[in-house]
Amino acid sequence: MENNSRSYYGRPILKPHIWKDYIAAYFFIGGLAGASATLAIAARARKNDALARSCTLTAAGGAALSAALLIADLGNPERFLNMMRVVKVTSPMNVGTWILSAFGITSGLAAAAQVIGAKRSARIPATLAGTLGIPLATYTAVLIADTAVPAWHEARRELPFVFVAGAAMSAAAWNSLFVSHRHGTMARRLLLAAGTCELVAHRRMVHRLGTLLGEPYQVGRAGTCAKVARALTTVAVISTGALGERFRSTAKIGALAALAGALCERFSVFYAGTQSALDPRYVVEHQRR
Amino acid sequence: MTLETRMGFFTDTTLCIGCKACEVACKEWNQLPADGYELSGQSYDNTGALSGTTWRHVAFVEQFDGEAHDLIAPISFEDGGRWLMSSDVCKHCTHAACLDVCPTGALFRTEFGTVVVQDDICNGCGYCVPACPFGVIDRRPDTGRAAKCTLCYDRLKDGQKPACAKACPTESIQFGNLSELRERAQKRLEKVGTIDARAQLYGADTNDGVGGFGAFFLLTDDPEVYGLPPSPRVTTRDLPGMWKSAALAGAALAAAIVLCTVGAPNGE
Repeated sequence: MENNSRSYYGRPILKPHIWKDYIAAYFFIGGLAGASATLAIAARARKNDALARSCTLTAAGGAALSAALLIADLGNPERFLNMMRVVKVTSPMNVGTWILSAFGITSGLAAAAQVIGAKRSARIPATLAGTLGIPLATYTAVLIADTAVPAWHEARRELPFVFVAGAAMSAAAWNSLFVSHRHGTMARRLLLAAGTCELVAHRRMVHRLGTLLGEPYQVGRAGTCAKVARALTTVAVISTGALGERFRSTAKIGALAALAGALCERFSVFYAGTQSALDPRYVVEHQRR
Repeated sequence: MTLETRMGFFTDTTLCIGCKACEVACKEWNQLPADGYELSGQSYDNTGALSGTTWRHVAFVEQFDGEAHDLIAPISFEDGGRWLMSSDVCKHCTHAACLDVCPTGALFRTEFGTVVVQDDICNGCGYCVPACPFGVIDRRPDTGRAAKCTLCYDRLKDGQKPACAKACPTESIQFGNLSELRERAQKRLEKVGTIDARAQLYGADTNDGVGGFGAFFLLTDDPEVYGLPPSPRVTTRDLPGMWKSAALAGAALAAAIVLCTVGAPNGE
């Protein structure tokens, strides 16, 4: 694209985010954990205990890993509890901390009950965790959209769908790996639906951002990640969705491709934000329109 | 908080001579570490940008594009070129995105209407950094915590001017209550505007995307020429719509899970 806008020696106007790759990894893990907890409710309702078990344990493990990733990224990790000294609705990160904390407690209780075989006691915490799993899988999209970063803020309508689809796809893929082929049917169907949604949502997002702000998603590291994500997700949808019911091996391959695809998609969004903040053109041309 | 009780800066860039006394005074008073001795090789600006350890930054714009400017810059050349200098600082927005998104409440609004980070509360999450539409606030590498101009909160409490305004030898940096500063700026614009048609007040409009700045400027070119966003906006304004979108996506997730499990063979 031609550079028609004026700038101060081409220097960035915005500061790019300073988050390490831990945060992109958290977007993936948190989404996977959240959607797993929600899938656990449905699996339990359908008496698919094997899938419910895998989902419940995944949710708790994912919550613990999420907390570790978030704390590791702080400038002062020993002050992580300061996140909870206020309740602040204007801060998606504060709201998210409360969601993740409640999710961690409920999913942990559900997993503990599952491990000791107290299936009845697991029901209430598992239902709560499954309900909290939905906001856990979506709030991160709001968190990054509520910044001055043009590629994120202007994608605020589509980003929650991209994130939710990735969360559902990865949860379905991950949990399908730990149950028998027969118990994995629900998960494979979800993978097919979510994978398709992910492809559509990403495409829509870039299309609606237009030539200017869609560009950061198509070039550099973000562009590479997006291409890899698209290829892997397509492979996952075809091999799991179309062939997975008949061939066990293609189902497993599809699940692995879905996991990698969802991870790449998060990194693509993460890097697109950096790229759009570093080039003053995106800020100036967008604001001058 | 009214403009009468709110304190701020009016930076009149037509008076700036690029001496950087404000940068030095700020560093000294606030005990900010040096940033190294790298030369930018672009202009006399070797500071580059505001950062966690640089709370005043003098931009140095060299314009030698051959246009015959009607010059209002302190330094001008016979061939039509000019130097523009501008001391940038935190804007202390009326609607501050950094303050809105801060999850710990470390950022707060003071009794002077300014926005300040409480160093003993900030945990260095870094959310304020991409939230700021001006790229002002940053995480300090030495402390791991967010930092920016406090409008010399400690000096204000003692009835003193901020260090940069005190040190400025040309009164390019003017400190005072916002209503008085805006009146003064309007008069100055009327005067300067007759000589340079591009003269404009930046951040004096309370209806702009951040509700007006607590530290505003008189510029003689477009904001982006000085490295400033032409139309900044506090993104928290769109937060209700974002949560709505997230709720829809969440509902879609729930619906998808229900639909995929209905009719699937169960575990028995």
